[in-house]
Amino acid sequence: MLSVQDLTVHFIGNGRVARALEGVSYEVRTGETVCLVGESGCGKTVSALTILGIIPQPPAQIMGGTVLFDGQNLLDLGEREMEKIRGNRIAMVFQEPMTSLNPVFTVGDQIRETIMIHERVNEKAVRKRCIQLLKDVGIPSPEERLKDYPHQLSGGQRQRVMIAMALACNPDVVIADEPTTALDVTIQAQILNLFRELQRTRQMSLLYITHDLGVVAHIADRIYVMYAGIIVEQGDTAHIFHDPRHPYTQGLLVSLPSRTKRGSTLHTIPGTVPDPAYKPGGCPFHPRCQFAIESCGMEFPGMCDYGEGHVSRCPVLYERARPPHGAA
Amino acid sequence: MKTDQKNFVQKKDIEGPSAPQESRWQEFWRLLRRNRLAVAGLIIFVAFFFIALAGLVLTSGTSPVFDPAMVRLQEKLRPPLSEPRLEDLRPEEVPTLGIYLLGTDDLGRDVFSRMLQGAWVSSTVGFVAVGIAVLIGICMGGISGYFGRNPVRVDHILVAFCVVVGGGLLLAGAPFSGGVLLLIGCAYILSPLWWRKAWGRQSATRVMRFLYKDALSIDTLIMRLVDIMLCFPVFFLILTVVALLPASMYNIMIVIGLTSWMGTTRFVRAELLSLREQDFVTAAKALGVSDWRIIFRHMIPNAMAPVLVSATIGIASAILIEAGLSFLGFGVPPPHATWGNILSDGKRFIFDAPWLTFIPGFAILIVVLAFNLFGEGLRDILNPKLRERY
Repeated sequence: MLSVQDLTVHFIGNGRVARALEGVSYEVRTGETVCLVGESGCGKTVSALTILGIIPQPPAQIMGGTVLFDGQNLLDLGEREMEKIRGNRIAMVFQEPMTSLNPVFTVGDQIRETIMIHERVNEKAVRKRCIQLLKDVGIPSPEERLKDYPHQLSGGQRQRVMIAMALACNPDVVIADEPTTALDVTIQAQILNLFRELQRTRQMSLLYITHDLGVVAHIADRIYVMYAGIIVEQGDTAHIFHDPRHPYTQGLLVSLPSRTKRGSTLHTIPGTVPDPAYKPGGCPFHPRCQFAIESCGMEFPGMCDYGEGHVSRCPVLYERARPPHGAA
Repeated sequence: MKTDQKNFVQKKDIEGPSAPQESRWQEFWRLLRRNRLAVAGLIIFVAFFFIALAGLVLTSGTSPVFDPAMVRLQEKLRPPLSEPRLEDLRPEEVPTLGIYLLGTDDLGRDVFSRMLQGAWVSSTVGFVAVGIAVLIGICMGGISGYFGRNPVRVDHILVAFCVVVGGGLLLAGAPFSGGVLLLIGCAYILSPLWWRKAWGRQSATRVMRFLYKDALSIDTLIMRLVDIMLCFPVFFLILTVVALLPASMYNIMIVIGLTSWMGTTRFVRAELLSLREQDFVTAAKALGVSDWRIIFRHMIPNAMAPVLVSATIGIASAILIEAGLSFLGFGVPPPHATWGNILSDGKRFIFDAPWLTFIPGFAILIVVLAFNLFGEGLRDILNPKLRERY
């Protein structure tokens, strides 16, 4: 359905080059939920914005790679053609529901606009669809909410409206960029369930971007773990959670607070994410890695295949590894 | 009244601890009411609007209720509130109200009727001129704020030069050179249709590379244009233009409009620069909304607050400029009475008939003051930073 290959995006400015994405590849198949996991600043959002072609250029510059959607390379399309795809075939839900709605228009106006841009339908049908959409995303008394301004809604409701807007034209792919980060935990769970349900009933593909592994376990079919602009590990949810093969993924998993380890100090990965303008040579994770050996700082690690689509970018662990899933 | 209060209390009880929802207008009124001067300004603003409307209805047509052009030489320079000498007047010359409410001028015309008509002319000039200025300002500011980073290439400048200068020469009566320049410009604009496809941008010769060089950004272009326009002493610029153009109300409006858009441009640009980074703009883009639609439908409504304020104050200054032009004799031509030319006609009789100067003078003062006060009140309300004071 949607496949990103070797995407390389640099930010150029002030005499320095920030390598935000370096050859990132991932794919989202039809009707599948894929999670892109990583710390802040590792390039998750950049890749999403690049797919939709709304990354500001300059400062960003797409150095290479392709974004294939239905056999078309989206990076080659002109602005006009992209406008037909955005919101219509690929839609996006943003992180901040507080600021992602235009404060001067009613909720109804904003949903209506999305539909009217992409389709020729009469007013009445649009109104009906808006109401149905708001119902679908679980907003009570949708007729009245249509007349509300964003500031009259709570954060969770606003995010539901954002989701309704994204779903307005029945897109094939929805990209959700940390849609629950700005919400409190109870609302977060509701929104997650909503996503799961919508994805199931509408058979759409969902690319879910998050830094929260708890969320990932909840909804993902497959997971891509990103670190400093590269994919470090990818695989099914079960493989990633039960058999992580990259030190970074392992670090992330043991850093999760859990009930069983209550009372003990929470594990953390030492160090911080490198500045994208001054990344360490070789494997970008090696300065923080407990398994690092000398060659890690020299060679850029290749992908090591563990079978069943489980791939990790750590040759060191691969050498030491137990036999791959298939053989065991 | 009582029931209203009761309902209000009940409603509040139901809503409990959550803040009562206040619509934008309610909030606006609450804040405006605290500023008495602004309220006074608004009242005069509204009153002026209706007076001007009455001025249009009552003083125009073939047999108007108040005829501002009715000359009664035997009744000249009568003071305000004086009774007409009925024995000297033909029936149609008797003023509609039975007295000369604001006196008569040196031709015996009723100043009240003339002031009414002047109110209409002044407000039209004010609103239309500011309308033109705001329209230009929003477009220029919108482009500058949203597309500002886009470069203007050398060939853009050259083509613009060719078209503008060519058109100018053509109109000025140099058909050959003008035509050639215009043709070159148009040919270059249309050239991509058959030409660039054949060679593509890659096979750039040295000339082509020069033409495709980024010369400056759109933002620089527009903002420097604004700076240049601001350098001119506007009143003298208008005087020059008006002296060259045939005198008419429309020319005055257009000229005032064309020389006062710079403030709006700056405001809109500044607002758009900050709005452009807002999430809802990215969100709109992600939903497939086109750039122009984002500017004019999503961003401009959010940027209207300072524009509204500057427009309100701009109307006052347009009225003032029009009055000044009329006073100097360059303004709206004679068949129309305007406050400026009533003042101008009256100044010769300032000692014999002071009302001819003072009445239009006060009218201008009050209206301009009202617009300014209301504009400033509006600014305090619409600007959240200044709002803290209340």
